[in-house]
Formats: sequence, structure tokens, C-alpha cells
Amino acid sequence: MSRNRSAAALQLPDAVPLFAALGDATRLRLLGRLSAGGPLSITRLSEGTGVTRQAITRHLHALGDVGLVRHARRGRERVWDLNRKRLERAKRYIDQIAAQWDDAAQRLRAFVEDQE
Amino acid sequence: MAVKTPAPNDTTSTDRIEKRVVLRAARTRVWRALTNAAEFSTWFRVKLEGAFTEGRPIRGRLTIPGYEHVTLEMLVERIDPERYFSYRWHPYAVDPAVDYSAEPTTLVEFRLEDTEGGTALTIVESGFDRIPLARRAEAFRMNDNGWDGQIKQLARYVA
Repeated sequence: MSRNRSAAALQLPDAVPLFAALGDATRLRLLGRLSAGGPLSITRLSEGTGVTRQAITRHLHALGDVGLVRHARRGRERVWDLNRKRLERAKRYIDQIAAQWDDAAQRLRAFVEDQE
Repeated sequence: MAVKTPAPNDTTSTDRIEKRVVLRAARTRVWRALTNAAEFSTWFRVKLEGAFTEGRPIRGRLTIPGYEHVTLEMLVERIDPERYFSYRWHPYAVDPAVDYSAEPTTLVEFRLEDTEGGTALTIVESGFDRIPLARRAEAFRMNDNGWDGQIKQLARYVA
């Protein structure tokens, strides 16, 4: 069982594009806004940011490409919202690093205690 | 004066992971398991070639099933007999197609202390803040109030 968890912790390549997409202050702010009151239109998301609508659109698409946000139609406008499932995966990544150390510590325990 | 809550055995901040375990074995025994490369290889599941020497790199393939293609490289920092052992590495550098050498490393530290019934071992891995990927992940762990709470924390953090 611990072996499976340890192997899962090593599945980094899948997480790389996800974190790369998060590596930008504007995108993190967009996620914060969507969390506080999504879904929101691009017009609303641009308000008070000092960033053009075009730039906001580009950032939303970058987040959308890795599945962090999704868009839908609401009447005549397009609105964007968080994909919470995908965000949970981002959080789990660092938990897995910690879990791998738990596994390693248990293997060390078995190793030194057995031979005592 | 604020009352400090006692530190839990395992603490994690944005920059570090800390694990503390008590092993029912003598400190000498634990020390050997940590710093003898062959013994380290056995429990860690890697096949290190050579010995741990301060200031020197050591490498070897993982022996975890499915991950035998991964070569681990550690740069030994300090060996303070039976008390402290540290090295640097690239955490989770598992994709053979990626060159991790330019990325910042994390520091792994093992500290040993005698304790009732055995040896207390503290493992700390730190330096995640310097690693962009992990830093983003850590940002989401700022509290345990569920995901919305974390996002709001994050929004305040970057505002």
C-alpha cells in the first residue's frame, strides 16, 4: 500500500503544466476572484486590474488549457468559473511530497528496528 | 503575551516539510542506516554508487517498481557523525526528458537525538519556496479551511 502511494507521489510530469500555468500573479488573482464570486464575465474580471480585456482573455485561456477554469454561456455573455476538481489536484501535489517522506520514514523504521 | 501552541510532530510551511519519528533503535544504528550508502539504498529504494562524502555528489537509480528509469543525484553537504546529515537534490525530478540541473535544489536534513526508548529522527526538506512549481502548490496549503478558504488566502496574498 505504501508502495503505491509512493509511486503516485512520483507522477510529476502531469503536474508541470498545471503549476506553470499558475506561475503568474495575474492568473492567481483571477483564480482568487473566481473563487470569491464566480462565474464572472471577462468584463467583470478585468475591472480594477489595470490589465486589458485582451490580456485577461489570454490568461483565462492559459488557465483553461490546463483545466483550471472553464467557460459557459450565460444569456448573451460568456462567463468563466473555477474547475475545483483540477485545483484539488494542485493542492494534492505537495501533500504527496510529504506522504513520500512518511513512506520513506516507515521503511527506515522497519529497516533499523528489524535489525536491532 | 501570546501563548504558543506546541509544535506538532509534523509541520509544513510554504518552504519546508518536517517529519519527526521515534525509532526503537540505537542512535549508532540509525546513523549507519542514514549515512552508509548501501544501507540508505536498501530502505530508500535506490541503488547508490559510491559513498556519502561531504561536498561530493552521489547518484544511483531508483529501485521503486515502475521508476527504475529515474536517476537520483544527491550532493552531500554535511556529515556530523551521529548527529546531523544533509544533502541537496532536485525533488521529484522523475521525467527523463527534462533537464533539472538548472533548477534550484531543496535541502534535506536528518537530525538524530537520543530519546527514551530509542532515537528521535527529524527529517526536514526545505527550499520549496525557491522552486516555482512547488511554490505554487504550497500557496494552496495556507490553511485547512477547505479550498475556498485557501483561494481567498491566496487572493489576499497576491493582491
